[in-house]
Amino acid sequence: MRRIAPMALLTAAVLAAGTLTACGDGSGGDRNTLKVAFPKDTNNKVTVRDDYVELVARAFEKANPGKKVKLIPIQASENDYYAKIQQMMRSPKTAPDLVYEDTFLINSDIAAGLLRPLDPYLAKWADWKQFEPAAKAAARGQDGRTYGVPDGTDTRGLWFNKKIFKKAGLPQDWRPRTWDEVLAAARTIKRKVPGVIPLNVFTGKGAGEAAVMQGFEMLLYGTGQDQLYDPATKKWVTGTKGFRDSLEFLRTVYGEKLGPDVSDALSPNIQTNVATELMPEQKLAINLDGSWLGQQWQPKGGGKPWPEWPTVLGRAAFPTQHGAAPGKVSLAGGWTWSVPRQSQRPDLAWKLIETFQTKHNAVEWCVRGAQIAVRKDVAADPAYLKSLPGIDFFTGLVKISRYRPALPVYPKVSAAIGEAMEAVTSGDASPQQAADAYDEQLKSIVDGRTVAKP
Amino acid sequence: MTRAATAAYGTAGRGARPRRRARALLRWSPLAPATVLLLLFLAGPIGYCVYIAFTDMQLTGQESTSFVGLANFRRAFGDPAFLNAVVLTLVFTLVSSILGQNTLGLALAALMRRASRPVRTLTGAVVLTAWVLPEIVAGFLLYTFFERRGTLNAVLEWLHLPTQNWLFTLPILAVSFANVWRGTAFSMLIYSAALAEIPQEVTESAAVDGASGRQRLWHITLPMIRRSIGTNLMLNTLQTLSVFGLIWAMTRGGPGSRSQTLPVFMYDQAFLKSLIGYGTAVALLLLVVGALFSVVYLRLLREEV
Repeated sequence: MRRIAPMALLTAAVLAAGTLTACGDGSGGDRNTLKVAFPKDTNNKVTVRDDYVELVARAFEKANPGKKVKLIPIQASENDYYAKIQQMMRSPKTAPDLVYEDTFLINSDIAAGLLRPLDPYLAKWADWKQFEPAAKAAARGQDGRTYGVPDGTDTRGLWFNKKIFKKAGLPQDWRPRTWDEVLAAARTIKRKVPGVIPLNVFTGKGAGEAAVMQGFEMLLYGTGQDQLYDPATKKWVTGTKGFRDSLEFLRTVYGEKLGPDVSDALSPNIQTNVATELMPEQKLAINLDGSWLGQQWQPKGGGKPWPEWPTVLGRAAFPTQHGAAPGKVSLAGGWTWSVPRQSQRPDLAWKLIETFQTKHNAVEWCVRGAQIAVRKDVAADPAYLKSLPGIDFFTGLVKISRYRPALPVYPKVSAAIGEAMEAVTSGDASPQQAADAYDEQLKSIVDGRTVAKP
Repeated sequence: MTRAATAAYGTAGRGARPRRRARALLRWSPLAPATVLLLLFLAGPIGYCVYIAFTDMQLTGQESTSFVGLANFRRAFGDPAFLNAVVLTLVFTLVSSILGQNTLGLALAALMRRASRPVRTLTGAVVLTAWVLPEIVAGFLLYTFFERRGTLNAVLEWLHLPTQNWLFTLPILAVSFANVWRGTAFSMLIYSAALAEIPQEVTESAAVDGASGRQRLWHITLPMIRRSIGTNLMLNTLQTLSVFGLIWAMTRGGPGSRSQTLPVFMYDQAFLKSLIGYGTAVALLLLVVGALFSVVYLRLLREEV
């Protein structure tokens, strides 16, 4: 018995020490290894980004002997990806050295102190002059410092199937000028081409930010100036007619069964479903979606190779509600490469950002990822201009594209909009009720900094 | 066993006090590693959670965290979404654990006692497979079963019955069924063991005395396995209260919030809305719900027949 006691105590000590040091081991890691976190598509067939990051990482290792890049692809839906990287960035033990950030969330992460300002590096970097001013602004915090380097942007518009349009007797060079004209075309298709979904507008919580940006805000921004946030008073806007009208549009689409079946529209898989099934299988006539869609149909790394799409699909700008100037609406977003504050190797991480943004690699990404270029030299590159049919159309929308309110609370406001959309789409609430519920929730999210507009 | 051991040491240790204390210490020492580990890895995180529940910690959007007292709890009780989640959690637990897994497990165990050996083996294997599958895999399996183009609708179509999107029209029942499917094996095993313990003579003599099958079940079998019922109900309920992966894979709490039980609501608040403090407070409230259930079951266990 007496011999057991010291042994037990020793075991306890060894165990405790072992586990404690095991925790510590992962912390700093190797000084020469960079950890890079980025999202991996939930569809395993889509490897566009993985392939590109891998390509750049290997080139970086070759150019910097002794340095290693460890890739951390995170396979999750968009919202889960954000939560995951935020958790990783909170602790120096888990923080990656480079992280791929959606501009939708970057201000929230800047406010949380998760990211590192890059101004000292940018000041010494000649290529920064090539970036469009709007793109530079995308990753600027409220403190005026820049926290990320964008590698592309995106714009939004209507994709339509010319074959279906022909069957319905609609023009092949369709240019709707008002919401009513969009709905009228959808009704014609419903009447003349049965078995086809006339119009898809992403909605609800399942599609997350895709529904709010491609769906709701494309509508809302066409109803008038500053319908979401008023920069003059720095307050969030409640009670507008534009908000209700946008919800009313959704009710028309889903109430008249012009859109996908409601149960499909609200499912989290709807985005993949639209891009890899409904569109290539010619089951969807009009889709309000982003410029990157062609990425899904690339012969290599795409989720659903579809060689005929350039001839089948047409593109049109999304109109403002009643055709008010400039007649069309688009929103721009995009992603940036950022360095977490807890990164142990910021200098090396910056070097990798530079590698990502050599002109050669930037063109490579814009071509592979169906991105809209944010650099002037890339936008003028013939390889880029010829990369995807329609890229000139979507690049042309950059001029009129507007941005979401780049504020830390935006992601929460977005979640509240998604709930309002879901309530209207499922028929649980009228547009007026859903708008009222949103106004209430908004007041608590932004601590009462709201202003009522008619 | 412990009492006997203590008695033995007690007699041996008669005499000097310090020696007895040393021996007492010595007796505790084998527990030391476990105690240290428990404190470090179990009590530590729980304590930290309790602390977070009283702060306004966020995942993103604000840098500093401050103490807010009971604000998170007040917010929960004024939040219709929270109350909705509590109701759905109770429905989910009642339907899938107490009615579903428990009753079905007992029925299966009773039937299998009479079944032939091959039938018993086969049924056991099938039910156990469902239990062995990881929760998330079971979730995806049942998603493909209930989905609009899934197996269930294919069967219904074949029978010329109307089909519908079950995950949209009856989400809470669909996930409850999924949980029954997954968790029945556990109840079945517990009840199989309990039923095997009942002495044959008792039921046989009751049968000789003219007791019907139902009377035997009600007056003999159930009272004799009462303790197993209590234990099983408690374990089932606690496990069901914390089901997350299954629901997340099948419906993500939707459509709207029609299958948003407390764990899903917690995840939504903490990680999607980044309100870590509020989410943790909800987690503590879930702990309270679990504790309440346990107290009820423990009381049932304590009463003698």
